[in-house]
Amino acid sequence: MSKPKCWQDVPPGTIAWGASARDVETGLWRSMRPILDRNKCISCLKCWLQCPDASIETDGEGKVNGINMFFCKGCGVCDKVCPVGAISMHPEADFSSECRKRGEDPGRVADHVR
Amino acid sequence: MAGINLKELTNRQSPLTEGHRMCPGCGAPTAVRQGLMAVEDPVVIVGATGCFEVSTTVYPYSAWRVPYMHIAFENAGAGVSGVAAAHKVLSRKGAVKDNIKFAAVGGDGGTYDIGLQSLSGALERGHDFTYICYNNQGYMNTGAQRSSATPANASATTSPAGSVIPGKLERAKDLTEIVAAHDIPYVAQTTLHDPMDVIRKVKRAVETPGPAFVNILVPCPLFWKIDPANQVKVCKLAADSRFWPIYEVIDGRHVLSYDPKDPVPLKDFLMVQGRYSHLFKKGKERTDLIEQGQADVDREWEKLLKKCSGWTG
Amino acid sequence: MSDKRKEMTSGNLAFAEAMRQVNPDVVAAYPITPSTEIPMKFAEFVADGKVDSEYVAVESEHSAITACVGASVSGARVMTASSANGVALMHEIFPIAAAFRAPIVFGLVNRSLGAPVNIHCDHSDSMPERDSGWIQIYCEDAQEVYDSVLLAVRLAEHEDVLTPVFVCQDGFITSHCFEPVEMLSDEAVKKFVGERKAKYPLLDVDNPVSYGSFTMSEYYFEIKRNQMEGMNRAPEVYKSLSKELAQYTGREYPMIDAYRAEDADYLIVIMSSATGVVKDVVDEMREKGVKAGCLRVRFFRPFPFEEIRKLAKGKKGIAVLDRSASIGGTAPLAAEIKSALYGLDERVPLQEYIFGLGGRDLYPRDAENVFSRLMDSDFSDTVRYIGLLEKDEENGGN
Repeated sequence: MSKPKCWQDVPPGTIAWGASARDVETGLWRSMRPILDRNKCISCLKCWLQCPDASIETDGEGKVNGINMFFCKGCGVCDKVCPVGAISMHPEADFSSECRKRGEDPGRVADHVR
Repeated sequence: MAGINLKELTNRQSPLTEGHRMCPGCGAPTAVRQGLMAVEDPVVIVGATGCFEVSTTVYPYSAWRVPYMHIAFENAGAGVSGVAAAHKVLSRKGAVKDNIKFAAVGGDGGTYDIGLQSLSGALERGHDFTYICYNNQGYMNTGAQRSSATPANASATTSPAGSVIPGKLERAKDLTEIVAAHDIPYVAQTTLHDPMDVIRKVKRAVETPGPAFVNILVPCPLFWKIDPANQVKVCKLAADSRFWPIYEVIDGRHVLSYDPKDPVPLKDFLMVQGRYSHLFKKGKERTDLIEQGQADVDREWEKLLKKCSGWTG
Repeated sequence: MSDKRKEMTSGNLAFAEAMRQVNPDVVAAYPITPSTEIPMKFAEFVADGKVDSEYVAVESEHSAITACVGASVSGARVMTASSANGVALMHEIFPIAAAFRAPIVFGLVNRSLGAPVNIHCDHSDSMPERDSGWIQIYCEDAQEVYDSVLLAVRLAEHEDVLTPVFVCQDGFITSHCFEPVEMLSDEAVKKFVGERKAKYPLLDVDNPVSYGSFTMSEYYFEIKRNQMEGMNRAPEVYKSLSKELAQYTGREYPMIDAYRAEDADYLIVIMSSATGVVKDVVDEMREKGVKAGCLRVRFFRPFPFEEIRKLAKGKKGIAVLDRSASIGGTAPLAAEIKSALYGLDERVPLQEYIFGLGGRDLYPRDAENVFSRLMDSDFSDTVRYIGLLEKDEENGGN
């Protein structure tokens, strides 16, 4: 839903539209970034099941495809539940120079996996 | 697990979307997302006031892909009663879809304490709904106060561990058994130790006609003072220490769903959490309280086994 | 226009009969004197299959109004009833119902709030709800209760209004006394009230919305202002509905019931059932040549300031009789009347009275006394009490 500009714009009844929170970039909270090693990943889906932010992405065939950095808050649950050590956590600061080189704002990192 | 295919689940849209504002590593969104992901019919959610309600509905956004209503703190049971009653009439008239399911979601504050009357009323009246309690054992939305779900000896902000009083003196209320005493068709208790157990139980609860209740223990990293990343590990310790027994009550019959092969001492569950750190201070260990806690766990486990005896899953 | 029937009935039973004819989808209620008969009678209709409704026999008033909100937001037509402490227990949910734009029709049978416990009428239960965002209609008799239920359904659900409505009647005096009430045929009621068409029903699973968001200072103000607009539009919608119903009933109810008021010098302003006594006294005074008149405030929310101002203009004296108090402040009706009069160029003298707390009757001699003191220009800056046992020196009697 677009943000109401004035009281006349507000929909009645306090309502907000379903699933509109998908516009909210909770990835901006992240201080630690999970990195997925595709070679190690066995797509057991443990991380997918336990991610509080539904940020583990799959390819439609049940294979882990990446981590959605727009939403990932960097809690590290995925790293801890991974049985094969395919996910590792790294300080966001480590990525800032790399982002700047690409002309990105390090506070608004894009999905680095895809 | 019969009827649940993980690969298929990954292609289904969860009723709870990304973009909610729960703390990193909070167990509540995980529990609700896991719980509802295998439910095939559309679900309408009624939320009690709490962290989860606030964080999923920050205006003008909503992290609910399904219809959602929050009225107040103490009345999710009554709210869902009204919605289910409306559905009965309106579907009879052909005005709405037939196959809609109803779930109330509340924390332990809204369920064990202020919302208990409303929950009890809804259970007694037999509405077709599922109540999901995400139980982090205290009032987190207001800053880690004790609730009747807070275990003995935990330090909470209204039962702080001080130089005289060692945290909460009272044991937690056994709400799962209180709910079971309403003789409803399905009651279950679980935690995030095994996602498939959460998925299976919530799916069964929602698909069971009549009232159902699922009590899911979820860590609050801030209150429990754990590393958010260790959420699942702490849940495993809760189950493996028998502190939080994993069981169901199906049509009045108690069934154990998880019997830890090598149960760990309660101490192992307590010492990984900062809310019990006052029990483990060097030179001032409260072995007496830890032992008392273990005795309580053992006694409750025996009671549960007795209830389960004679039945198999 | 349609088959009508006249029955000896009470305010409660007239309310219940109107409910049967409206045939709401959901009724969730909890018993409390003196409104209990309404849900009791309605439960009977459900048990006998006379309505299509779901009756939710909840475990408290708080749950009653909560279930009503849930059902109403779902898209159902919803009604309930309560009194006194029941209303007070519901208080938390009333503003939420109004903000959700849940068009619930509520039979509020006025009873004093404890303590001490008292089951009889005053307005101390409904008046605290005047800021809850609900429309408040106060009825004088059972006929008006019946007619108001029909009007309330249409008014609450009107898309420009979408605001819940309290239909208030005086406990026992109106709710339990039998009097002749003319009722419409079931078909006429069905035709008048029609079907509810909800705009954003919760049960529309294909177009999911979330109700009751968490809203900090960025939007709260705008949402509340948006809500106010429903109340602001109520008078215009109500006036046309009242005309429409009059085509069926022959009875029209303005927001202010003005009795021999236009040419009057002296006015008593009052609400609900006690008005009858004042009207009788007005007639007697008129026979004696005194230009007395009476205003009965039927709509307390939205409050008809403009009408009051017009009717009060140029009067020699006005007495406002409140059936509840705002302890430490001005009683609710007096406060609104004074506020309405502020817009007049020439000040109209006004005397506040409180009467009838806990069900104490108002007698003709009380109204006569009020008029004669107005005629004597006997005004006091402080409130006077009618029918109160008090030492003679206080207030100089009434």
